[in-house]
Amino acid sequence: MQFLGGNRRKLRLADDQRNACYPHSLQFYLQPPSGNISLIEFENLAIDRVKLLKAVENLGVSYVKGSEQYQSKLEIELRKLKFSYRENLEDEYEPRRRDHISHFILRLAYCQSEELRRWFIQQEMDLLRFRFSILPKDKIQSFLKDSHLQFEAISDEEKTLREQDIMASSHSLGGVQLELESVYKIPFADALDLFRGRKVYLENGFAYVPLKDIVAIILNEFRTKLSKALALTARSLPAVQSDERLQPLLNHLSHSYTGQDYSTQGNVGKVSLDQIDSLSTKSFPPCMRQLHKALRENHHLRHGGRMQYGLFLKGIGLTLEQALQFWKQEFIRGKMDPDKFDKGYSYNIRHSFGKEGKRTDYTPYSCLKIILTNPPSQGDYHGCPFRHSDPELLRQKLQAYKIPPSGINQILDLVKGIHYQVACQKFFEMTHNVDDCGFSLSHPNQFFFESQRILSGGKDVKKESVQPETPQPKPSVQRSKDVSSALASLNSSLEMDLEGLEELLQ
Amino acid sequence: MEAFDPAELPELLKLYYRRLFPYAQYYRWLNYGGVVKNYFQHREFSFTLKDDIYIRYQSFNNQSDLEKEMQKMNPYKIDIGAVYSHRPNQHNTVKLGAFQAQEKELVFDIDMTDYDDVRRCCSSADICSKCWTLMTMAIHIIDRALKEDFGFKHRLWVYSGRRGVHCWVCDGSVRKLSSAVRSGIVEYLSVVKGGQDVKKKVHLSEKIHPFVRKSINIIKKYFEDYALVDQDILENKESWDKILALVPETMHDELQQSFQKHHNSLQRWEHLKKAASRCQNNSKNDKCGPWLEWEIMLQYCFPRLDINVSKGINHLLKSPFSVHPKTGRISVPIDLQKVDQFDPFTVPTISSICHELDVISTKEEEKENGAESDIKHRTRDYKKTSLAPFVKVFEQFLENLDKSRKGELLKKSDLQKDF
Repeated sequence: MQFLGGNRRKLRLADDQRNACYPHSLQFYLQPPSGNISLIEFENLAIDRVKLLKAVENLGVSYVKGSEQYQSKLEIELRKLKFSYRENLEDEYEPRRRDHISHFILRLAYCQSEELRRWFIQQEMDLLRFRFSILPKDKIQSFLKDSHLQFEAISDEEKTLREQDIMASSHSLGGVQLELESVYKIPFADALDLFRGRKVYLENGFAYVPLKDIVAIILNEFRTKLSKALALTARSLPAVQSDERLQPLLNHLSHSYTGQDYSTQGNVGKVSLDQIDSLSTKSFPPCMRQLHKALRENHHLRHGGRMQYGLFLKGIGLTLEQALQFWKQEFIRGKMDPDKFDKGYSYNIRHSFGKEGKRTDYTPYSCLKIILTNPPSQGDYHGCPFRHSDPELLRQKLQAYKIPPSGINQILDLVKGIHYQVACQKFFEMTHNVDDCGFSLSHPNQFFFESQRILSGGKDVKKESVQPETPQPKPSVQRSKDVSSALASLNSSLEMDLEGLEELLQ
Repeated sequence: MEAFDPAELPELLKLYYRRLFPYAQYYRWLNYGGVVKNYFQHREFSFTLKDDIYIRYQSFNNQSDLEKEMQKMNPYKIDIGAVYSHRPNQHNTVKLGAFQAQEKELVFDIDMTDYDDVRRCCSSADICSKCWTLMTMAIHIIDRALKEDFGFKHRLWVYSGRRGVHCWVCDGSVRKLSSAVRSGIVEYLSVVKGGQDVKKKVHLSEKIHPFVRKSINIIKKYFEDYALVDQDILENKESWDKILALVPETMHDELQQSFQKHHNSLQRWEHLKKAASRCQNNSKNDKCGPWLEWEIMLQYCFPRLDINVSKGINHLLKSPFSVHPKTGRISVPIDLQKVDQFDPFTVPTISSICHELDVISTKEEEKENGAESDIKHRTRDYKKTSLAPFVKVFEQFLENLDKSRKGELLKKSDLQKDF
């Protein structure tokens, strides 16, 4: 892949050629992209895809995957971000190209850790599942063929011959007419998850798989291939990271969550320390409320709790001085020596505000980060109560928070279905007396912000300007800031030669 | 037949390995046509010697090497393992982590002790003609599935020498299967689930998978004679209580009463079937109608596989034509055309065939015309004993493998336009 300099000369391919590049609205991303791209486009494509994948994730928690609402909302997102999703639309070349390139760029960012890889694979799978689900039947066969998958649909005669047996084997065919369903013949070893549980008809070494079950197999194939590809990419990553212009971009991508990150100080100083107790019961999400309570009761919090709560407080507007005062006051009540606090704890607080060490201005944890990483153990109060509390304990907590029993049951049901953030949204709705909270919860500070908004009569509380499009440049990485601003103002005239990149992406 | 005395093993084995063991056919099998380089040389064998000395990672250069070693070591037991990335007998010289099991036949081990909860005649290592039918049914059911469902062509069934049977699936593609797929195959073939603490081990769903349906049809052919006559599973209260444990409680009283009135298992079974079709389906777990009948039949007759034997690529399994040190019986191939006639009690023991050989040799010496060489004697010695028909079965199996191989090679050379 090469980076154009100067005037961007878009290669105008003849329509046929363009369609041949991307014959379908979806793909398995088997071949990395080639061609020229500007640094700005590189960055924008990446950001757009991260936004898309985040939307996929959020929708996946808020709605049942495959339901009408899920499907329509996801389609809206795809259209908004100009990625491909549907066949037979006008001028599909550009969205498909964007889809292709952005996927490969994100591989670079998301191959770097187990957690990132898992997340990336999960969202890409959900995206693929959606696109496949809206693929017209007549296009399925050609898509499979073009993707080199050995799945042949069997003829109607073959189907009729085996009708009884196929119907008796496949659970996904409840009382449906077999004539209407496509059935695919694949080597049995490719349908392991189906045949091991006798969920498919086997004959002479082949599994006769109805369409619904083929999707599961395809997704599995996709997952396996992508997983391998990410592992390979990770190995080649050092070469990419040594490029100064890409490195900050890639780092930022994987650490961002592209909603607001609540780290800018637009509302700095708007909260006073004596408000915190009342705010904690009115506007704190349960995770922070329980941390605050534990801090007040024990006059201490362990490291995990200090990080999660401390950064949250920063996000709602506490200044460094306020934070130091807040923690010190409380710890001293626990009979801690003031000097010990200064020595052991104040450094860490300053560090988290970006005033020490490598001076990274740490951003408050998003819901996913809290749910997925660093689970609490005995003596810890951090984490997400919906994720990490025993259901009975959670019930008691909710009762103590005066949630009505019907609400508690709804919440517990959501928790059982692993929809932790939606459960918290429900909690928000119950405590603020609204039917629909009106937002998709993904961040504790978002909870606080939305709560404050409702409580102050819906007026927009003076907040930091919302800029979800460009990620906040980290002040610590000076060089990148220069590059970003140079780009923003000058419309990049950087020319880069990254032939190696193509190899790395394979 | 000569009685087998384990104390005579060392002498008997010496004779067996010198003059009876079918080396040529054995090598022909494991060499698989020599298509893949070093396939035989990278195969692991393990020997159990006298006094239970066990040595692993044995490997051989060729048939003659194998012969010499076996004659030298006189193993009591021979196991076959996987084909590795390097010669197993040199595995210590290989860089750590580089010595890997790569291929092996897919194997199954069906052991009579796994049926102790459902057979009344014997337990543990004992077998008799009344319970051997379990193996007959197992072979029919598993073999049908391996052949018709999975498309496996080269299946060698072998008597284990005491209380069970083994199956070796030798198709080229099968030898390469991963451990996960092997496990999946065993899972597909499993219907009876649960250990000692589980009473009812078979639960059928409403939809009956063709594999289960076809297996039930096979069991139906044997059920009356095996279960109702030989095993007499409804003979008395003690035995029919076990069946009642598999049936909804609501039926118990009625069945207890009517069983008392009937005279034999056949009558009681008929009654149970009728009662089952009448009962109401009141809970998800309690099935009625024919399902109930099938669940009982499956629990009493369906094969029980040991997943551990099948899933590991490096798992070692007793070799065909190995001797069983406790019974003296030879692990002989079973003729798939004559499964129902197979009788483990007529399988030759090492003492009997050695005795046969002695008798014949003596007779031949008397008639000797001096023209035949020693080697010719040896290669055809087994033919003079009761081992012969079993070697023939093995040879038929090898013929099929050869035919397949030739077919594959022809296909390949056609594709390459290589004439």
